[in-house]
Amino acid sequence: MYQFNYLRPKSLDEARKLFESNGDAKFIAGGQTLIPTLKQRLAQPTALIDLGAIGGLAGIKVAGGAVVIGAGAKHNDVATSADVLKAIPALAHLASHIGDPAVRHLGTLGGSIANNDPAADYPAAVLGLGAEIKTTSRTIKADDFFTGMFETALEDGEIITEITFPVPEKAAYMKFPNPASRYAMVGVFVAKTKGGVRVAVTGAASSVFRERTMEAALAKSFTPDAVANIKVAAGNLNSDLHGTAEYRAHLVTVMAKRAVAAAH
Amino acid sequence: MPGVSMTVNGKAVTGEVEARTLLVHFLRENLRLTGTHVGCDTSQCGACVVHLNGKAVKSCTLLALQAEGSQVTTIKGLAKNGHLHPVQAAFKEHHGLQCGFCTPGMIMTAVDMIRRIPDLDETIIRQQLEGNLCRCTGYQNIVKAIHAASLEMKGARA
Ligand SMILES: Cc1cc2nc3c(=O)[nH]c(=O)nc-3n(C[C@H](O)[C@H](O)[C@H](O)COP(=O)(O)OP(=O)(O)OC[C@H]3O[C@@H](n4cnc5c(N)ncnc54)[C@H](O)[C@@H]3O)c2cc1C
Ligand code: FES
Ligand code: FES
Repeated sequence: MYQFNYLRPKSLDEARKLFESNGDAKFIAGGQTLIPTLKQRLAQPTALIDLGAIGGLAGIKVAGGAVVIGAGAKHNDVATSADVLKAIPALAHLASHIGDPAVRHLGTLGGSIANNDPAADYPAAVLGLGAEIKTTSRTIKADDFFTGMFETALEDGEIITEITFPVPEKAAYMKFPNPASRYAMVGVFVAKTKGGVRVAVTGAASSVFRERTMEAALAKSFTPDAVANIKVAAGNLNSDLHGTAEYRAHLVTVMAKRAVAAAH
Repeated sequence: MPGVSMTVNGKAVTGEVEARTLLVHFLRENLRLTGTHVGCDTSQCGACVVHLNGKAVKSCTLLALQAEGSQVTTIKGLAKNGHLHPVQAAFKEHHGLQCGFCTPGMIMTAVDMIRRIPDLDETIIRQQLEGNLCRCTGYQNIVKAIHAASLEMKGARA
């Protein structure tokens, strides 16, 4: 790792001020993506601003037909929260399949979506449930948040504070994990919500995306058969040493079918 | 250099570290607690697992400064008064190790899963070992040892 300064603010205000006064600073939450990146010398921030000591960022509550989760909530806390398990079991299930137990004890919801890894799990839930992302300056809709590979609508120095997930009628997440990394080769989140059916796909392309043909078919009939024959175009999908675009396209249909069957 | 203080294996410790010093290097190099191993540089092998405030974490993926004020337990803190921890004893009894390189992390992960999950079975144990790699045993005896220890510890609690 290159050298950097380490700063540990106690409030969001202080964190933002430190960001402004510290050149090429970066926020660190669970560090489960950032530290591996720094170890590979793939980034060279001048300072790390630790969000871990800021109070009130890790709460989980159910309010007004939605589950509201603080950006600092650890994957394991979401996976085992009685409130989440009751209101949106699909979300708890997703969190329980991120990485491994040690990663889930440190990694956070905010860090995962700010990073927007093309193969990360949480972006599928955020987009699939039509969540809202609250930051230090505004509220961003999921549909506007994930803008490209490792890219989001966040501006420099903007901190995610909480995410509001509307409770769906039913939902499920199915992932085909890469057997080595546990990240998604393909993961599909389906949700039947008051506003319609949403299908979000992660792992397959440069960033999470909605599969509109499947949404339309499921709106007519929310059954596995409705998506079983929908072929996803491989054109824009990822090909790498783990699998071809055609293989991933096939997996999208298979995972979607399984997710619809599992939705409750 | 910044100072850091924490409690490690029940003892208050302080030290000077660089901001970039990983917890595992603080443990191994400053405190000479070399029971905790480094098996990879990609956060994947789990040889470095310790407990931070009672929860299993990869000490290679955490800055020493992030552990300021925390309670840290390493493999060296498990045995009490010269008696192996039940999980250590079970690894010995069931041949849960060969070269022993992965063992400190395996055991710290095992103690953590036994604490969190009341009824472990083979499937759950294997899922919970997702973040711990072993190049020798083929896992069979590791799973057996963890299962035996979990039953024994449950018996001891009842
Ligand atoms: C071995 C291993 C396996 C993994 N497997 C999976 C997996 O299967 N699926 C999966 O989805 N992920 C996986 N991960 C990644 C893990 O989920 C990370 O925890 C997550 O991607 C990042 O969260 P973090 O809190 O650790 O963020 P950090 O690493 O601390 O930060 C990541 C980025 O987000 C920014 N950031 C953090 N918090 C905020 C905030 N509140 N506001 C604005 N920006 C912020 C940081 O500046 C940084 O750029 C794995 C990681 C490891 C090490
Ligand atoms: S040394 Fe920490 S995961 Fe390999
Ligand atoms: S016993 Fe040798 S790596 Fe596990």
